[in-house]
Amino acid sequence: MMGDLLFWHRLQFGFTSTFHYIFPQLTMGLALVILVLKARALRGDEACNTAARFWIRIFGLSFAVGVVTGIPLEFQFGTNWARFSTHAGGVIGQTLGMEGMFAFFLESTFLGLLVWGERKLGPRRHFLAALALFAGSWLSGYFIIATNAFMQHPVGYQVAADGTLQLADFWAFLFNPWAVVQYLHNMMGAVVTGAFAVAAVGAFWTLRGVHLDQAALNLKTGVCIGLLASLLVAFPTGDLQGKRVARHQQPTLAAMEGRWHSGPYAELNLIGQPNVEGRKLDNPVPLPGVLSFIAYGSFSSNVKGLDEFPRDQWPTNLEFLYYGFHIMAGLGTLFIGLMGLAAAFLAAGRLQRTRALLWALMLAFPFPFIANSAGWVVAEFGRQPWLVYGLMRTADGTSHLVHPGQTVFTSLGFAGLYFILGLLFLFLVSREVSHGPVGHA
Amino acid sequence: MEMLWFWLVSVMVAIYAVMDGFDFGAGTLHLFVARTEAERREVLAAIGPLWDGNEVWLLAAGGAMFLAFPRLLASGFSGFYLAMFMVIWSLILRGIAIEFRSHVRDTMWRAFWDVVFACASALLPILLGAALGNVVRGVPLDASGYFQIPLFTHFGVGNPVGILDWYTVLMGVLVLATLTAHGALFLAWKTDGALHRRCLRAAGVLWPLVAVLALGATWATAAVSPAVYHNLPGAPLAWVGLALFLGGLGAVFTGLRGGRPLFAFLGSGAFIIGILAATAGCVWPVMLPSTLDPHASLTAYNASAGATSLRAGMGWWFIGFPIALVYFGYLFRIHRGKVRAPEEGEGY
Repeated sequence: MMGDLLFWHRLQFGFTSTFHYIFPQLTMGLALVILVLKARALRGDEACNTAARFWIRIFGLSFAVGVVTGIPLEFQFGTNWARFSTHAGGVIGQTLGMEGMFAFFLESTFLGLLVWGERKLGPRRHFLAALALFAGSWLSGYFIIATNAFMQHPVGYQVAADGTLQLADFWAFLFNPWAVVQYLHNMMGAVVTGAFAVAAVGAFWTLRGVHLDQAALNLKTGVCIGLLASLLVAFPTGDLQGKRVARHQQPTLAAMEGRWHSGPYAELNLIGQPNVEGRKLDNPVPLPGVLSFIAYGSFSSNVKGLDEFPRDQWPTNLEFLYYGFHIMAGLGTLFIGLMGLAAAFLAAGRLQRTRALLWALMLAFPFPFIANSAGWVVAEFGRQPWLVYGLMRTADGTSHLVHPGQTVFTSLGFAGLYFILGLLFLFLVSREVSHGPVGHA
Repeated sequence: MEMLWFWLVSVMVAIYAVMDGFDFGAGTLHLFVARTEAERREVLAAIGPLWDGNEVWLLAAGGAMFLAFPRLLASGFSGFYLAMFMVIWSLILRGIAIEFRSHVRDTMWRAFWDVVFACASALLPILLGAALGNVVRGVPLDASGYFQIPLFTHFGVGNPVGILDWYTVLMGVLVLATLTAHGALFLAWKTDGALHRRCLRAAGVLWPLVAVLALGATWATAAVSPAVYHNLPGAPLAWVGLALFLGGLGAVFTGLRGGRPLFAFLGSGAFIIGILAATAGCVWPVMLPSTLDPHASLTAYNASAGATSLRAGMGWWFIGFPIALVYFGYLFRIHRGKVRAPEEGEGY
């Protein structure tokens, strides 16, 4: 394994991108929450302004870590995936270039003004700064998803005389139908993360018996947005995403469910362990017909099993893909349940007195991070063995002249640096949470 | 089209060098010129709202390079593998130091981040200067279009070359001195009082050093890569660069003598743009020369993306670029005038 260059390139990119995405999902989710709070503050609700001020401080910390951990990803296209960059740069260079030009400049200009500039700007322009950060961070998300969508489902390209992929139709590439669906699903996932964080802080303060007014406001905001986003992430966005995979990545769909044999009334397994050598799922707990229904809208539809595809088209790391999907879908279902329950108690005016539910809300905040990461595991492991689906294999995209002595060195460097970065972030955020709301501008 | 993209990428790299250059300079210098907590916070207040946007020029330039010259990005980034990660890690530490420092009111916490900020800010110009040196000296590219070189070999400029040799280290030192002197002028412009005077004094010491180093680097380039100067007579933009370089240097010394830090700062910006423009003008169309075979060099023609990509990119580039300039205009307007150390909990 030590000598396996592909393994180390994948591990390094997988680790750095998974760690990075902890932060943007929180900032993109909080950007929406902050925008809602600032909009209500503009109409004179001072409590919302206080809540916004607290979340802007968390946002600033998370944004800073997101910025610095995002830089390596841009570089790694060149450093670790040189042959991929040569092969596909003529297409994906567009969206990566646009992200810098249209999203990063916008975000970087207004970040300092949002975090430190409330007094300097006044309420109206401070709201506009929140709007700019929301627009910038959500735009940035789109460009990255559009880049990834090309790798999942390439459109708008042509193969040049030298074999590289080149742009043929800019608009077809930019508005890849895969990108639109994946974007909506992904952004709803980010809002779930943000809303759960807001609800968790509200629950924590309530349980502690401190800052009760702000705690109630955070609970209400978090639960309302959280319920809405938890529903939207499953339906229609998750459902549409699943149907796209069913249509365009059939081996992936089979692998996500540990399905080797084709047939109608395909079952969705709540749990079970894929046994790749035995070509079966051990200890399954099936719901018959549900997979057929999810994939094609009818219980009797035939869902192909992996046996129908040559082994070299099966997703590599099939087990990881299988668990990624089940963790994502399982947690997503629990989110709807928890937020639905909390919303019912909120509507009845009993949420603040129901301590068990407050404990659950408080302890739930890490799980959307896990669900979002698991979702990206499904997307990225599901794309394997392809780097650009159907066009370029992952093994052919590496920087082949970089040797494992270098990638192991840099991977260890990232492991150490990011461990410290993670500790510092937790330390600073927990300080903010225990300080509580910020009363003045 | 290839030529236009070559110059667009060059322009963005030059803007990056000027803009993030003063951040690096301020970071490198601040341990020496800013002695009290209030002065440190003045330095951070001067660059705090700007550094992130300045750094975006690097990402935007990288994005433009990816779009227009994917082969160059792929070959260069993977070939300079370890040096690239030293750049990345330094950028991470620099950003975190600025953003995390003021969140905790504790002298040890702040002293720690100040040193991290200074070290990362000093290392980056050295690495970027060494990168420039490598681009002029050349790398062992073969017909495959890829290469791989270690951080250092024998510190000579002959094969097998390393990223660091006497020439590229000299370029690194030149860029470190230039950007530190550039940052001194920026801080002198944005501050007053004792900090302002110390920055002026630092600039007065550093700029003669920069002039000497620039002369040395010009001579060294002639020795290492004589071909670069062969192009000079037929490269009008290189002459413009040379004029900016000399005019900028003149403006720096005039501004320093006349007590006009903004004039001197603009001069140092012109000086930096001049060096890069003269270099770009002389090497065109070569972007990464091969030390093995001149035909294996990566040029604007053999490293570029297809015509549709270049055209489509041009379409949005000319929309995005003016918008970016407007953002920066707005940012500098909001933060115009001398900075004051912000109160606790109210800024960097």
